[in-house]
Amino acid sequence: MESEALAQLSNALVYSSMFVLALAMLAFAASFAGRRTKAPAEVEANVAQPVPATVGAAPESVQPETLPAEDPAGRRIGNIGMALSWLAWFLLLGGVIARGLWAERVPWGNMYEFSLTSALAVLGVFLGVSVWRDVRWLGVIIIPLVLLTLGLAVTVLYTEASQLVPALQSYWLIIHVSTAIVCGGAFTFAASVAGLYLIADGAGESGWRARWAQRLPAAQRLDRMAYRTIAFTFPLWTFAVVSGAIWAESAWGRYWGWDPKETWAFITWVAYAAYLHARSTAGWRGRRAAWLAIAGAGIFWFNYFGVNLLFSGLHSYSGV
Amino acid sequence: MATEPELMFSTHADPMDRQAAPPPGIGWRSWSRWLWSRLTSMRTALILLLLLGIAAIPGSLVPQRTSDPFAVNTLVQDNPTLAEWYERLGLFDVYGSIWFSAIYLLLFLSLLGCLIPRARQHFRMWRRSPGPPPANLDRLPNTAHLICDDPDGQLQHAEEVMRKQRWRVRTGDGWVAGEKGFWRENGNQIFHFSLLGVLAAVGIGALGGWQGNVVLVEERGFSNTITQYDTFTAGRFANTDDLPPFSIQLQDFEVDFERGQAQRGAPRDFRAQVAITPEPGQPSEQQVFGVNDPIVLDDAKVFLIGHGYAPQIIVRDTDGEVVFDDSVVFLPQDGNFTSVGVVKVPDNDPQLGFRGLFLPTAALDQEAGPISLFPAPDSPGLFMSAFTGDLGLDSGEPQNVYQLDDSDMEQIALRGLIPGDTWELPEGAGSVEFVGFNRWISVKVARDPGGVWALAFVGTAILGLSMSLFIRRRRVWVLRGAGDVTVGGVARGERTDLDDELDDIVAELDGQLAGEDPLPQEGVSR
Ligand code: HEM
Repeated sequence: MESEALAQLSNALVYSSMFVLALAMLAFAASFAGRRTKAPAEVEANVAQPVPATVGAAPESVQPETLPAEDPAGRRIGNIGMALSWLAWFLLLGGVIARGLWAERVPWGNMYEFSLTSALAVLGVFLGVSVWRDVRWLGVIIIPLVLLTLGLAVTVLYTEASQLVPALQSYWLIIHVSTAIVCGGAFTFAASVAGLYLIADGAGESGWRARWAQRLPAAQRLDRMAYRTIAFTFPLWTFAVVSGAIWAESAWGRYWGWDPKETWAFITWVAYAAYLHARSTAGWRGRRAAWLAIAGAGIFWFNYFGVNLLFSGLHSYSGV
Repeated sequence: MATEPELMFSTHADPMDRQAAPPPGIGWRSWSRWLWSRLTSMRTALILLLLLGIAAIPGSLVPQRTSDPFAVNTLVQDNPTLAEWYERLGLFDVYGSIWFSAIYLLLFLSLLGCLIPRARQHFRMWRRSPGPPPANLDRLPNTAHLICDDPDGQLQHAEEVMRKQRWRVRTGDGWVAGEKGFWRENGNQIFHFSLLGVLAAVGIGALGGWQGNVVLVEERGFSNTITQYDTFTAGRFANTDDLPPFSIQLQDFEVDFERGQAQRGAPRDFRAQVAITPEPGQPSEQQVFGVNDPIVLDDAKVFLIGHGYAPQIIVRDTDGEVVFDDSVVFLPQDGNFTSVGVVKVPDNDPQLGFRGLFLPTAALDQEAGPISLFPAPDSPGLFMSAFTGDLGLDSGEPQNVYQLDDSDMEQIALRGLIPGDTWELPEGAGSVEFVGFNRWISVKVARDPGGVWALAFVGTAILGLSMSLFIRRRRVWVLRGAGDVTVGGVARGERTDLDDELDDIVAELDGQLAGEDPLPQEGVSR
């Protein structure tokens, strides 16, 4: 295909994906609002520790953590939101692939391309989890985040495709950047869940938090879901940082030089190590750990956007 | 206590955390023991970890001497008072500063103090665990009672079943215990010890390694001895007396730049062709290298880290005798390789000095004057200003080759040249010919004996970490009662229930029972 045509195709796909996502966001919001309110007693039961149950009983009863009931309409709208999210994901995937074909390389050469791919990753983690778990309630927070990333990408960060500077011409680009982007998706997912946990935990009987809490899974389950995501991602993030160091050694002659990007990757790593410790140290579970999970994702994104735009260092990619 | 399932894994409990108040005794021994126990507690580790993260931040905000000395000097000149405070607080070298080192050394001390007792305890547990059932097996998250006539036989059968299902089994008086996932703890230990290993490896690299930087103009070379480097640093224990005796000659260097509209002028490809002589007297071999593609020689590596232009200039005296003929390294100032340099000609009378501006794609801007529009040498130009007088080379003080000290000199002329031009200087001072240009590269040669070790320890760290996070450690017990056996179990970590695995055991026991002595449906009671 003509490179001009590929360029237009890529942009058109990204924009249609954003349009579909906007619809999905509406659907999720409507579905979230439509969840039937739990009775307060039910909320209590959900928050309680797993009660001693007996082998042989129906396994679900061990953990009384069923989702709040929904009316059928709200459920249908939630399903529409999921379907739209899948559609948006495939459109975005097409956009990223077309971008790569246009540039004739992996589409990770500048911040516009990183942002497209991270949006794809965040959405992908959400959809991936949705295969195993009912996470439609998460749509209200994940979809706006993805849309925000894409919005920033197409307005502030957009650049034409071009070749890579020599430092980026390496198979480490593929290894390092792809793992880092997947980690970004998963950390964002975990921070979203942790944020919802902070709303649901101790929400009380009335007020907006109580209304949200009635529509969310039990706080304890949110906490655990955030933990699991981070526990899964932390080794991968360790690997992403290390692969960056190996690459830096071959490109710049040193594997660690406290370049701003490296420094903030280290800080991210330390924040998540602290999160994992916080979870196993009495007194730091729950809310404080959740704040650490949110801080971790905040640091990750600051490293990603802030460090490129605010600091000068070796990690600057021409064309931003 | 027994109801807290976590506490049934004794390696988890951190008794240190509970010792909150200092001891009543006054002696320094008890105080230091108290301090040590504080330091090695999980809570202190957590706080130190958070502190380490926070302490790393200023290094990304303030320019660092190690990575950007130029910015540090600019700051010192522009804002001396602020710079003095930065200096005092070690902010120009955060990662080598006392306070940053103190945090990570304390953290690693804490780690050591935490790990060693844990490792010892862990080793003991390894041989002894799983222990006897907890006092009240019924209060575990999952339990089941099996009513049976022959509890002893059932217990024996349970042992067989558990062995078949690959539990690590231990038996005692009236109980069988099984355990799985012990490698979770091993993984945790491996991870934490690997972190110490990484720190040690980085230390070995810093103490036993060396690195040098040198600029190579095309057709010139250098051999690997300290005196030939422009800058050279070595760790305290590096053996710099016998560096590997190779030498390298740069034969040709090519760069491609982006010519399209997007990212115009960005470099696209570097190819440095060199001839490498491993040892004096041996034949040399050709090699091409570039960024992301260092040359590996013995245990050293050669990296390409910069490049630029070196205009070739011939200076003749009044009689036409050549007094200077060299390619002079000019330093690039911007992305379009506007480059500056100086030429010093001490062998003329009077001495001559030049300041030069080399422009690979030269243009004259109304306001900015001579500038370069593109980094490739499409229409090279050289602007020179000539000085006569005393270069000040005889004072004995070392001079910067990139700077001209014009305090005892007088500017006599200014001129723009293109390759091939010859410029007759006024007052019969001689002539200057701009022959053309060569390219230069700057290379870094380094040996880091810690690198491999750091990589190895990082590998074991990731492996141990994954084991520690993904393996679930769990225990089951079968306890003999009067007319029944109780089966119970607990997992350590996020989900303490383990119904699937208990179901598997109970199902086997159940089947056996059913065959021998059919039970009522409610054999598995709630
Ligand atoms: C050097 C910085 C350190 C890092 C990056 C680090 C990282 C980690 C990680 C990622 C885990 C796994 C968490 C989990 O299993 O859920 C962990 C567990 C653990 N760490 Fe550290 N750690 C560090 C220092 C320390 C220190 C100084 C101590 C002791 C004072 C310590 C004690 C522990 C303990 C007891 C566990 C086990 C917790 C559990 O299994 O639930 N760590 N650490």
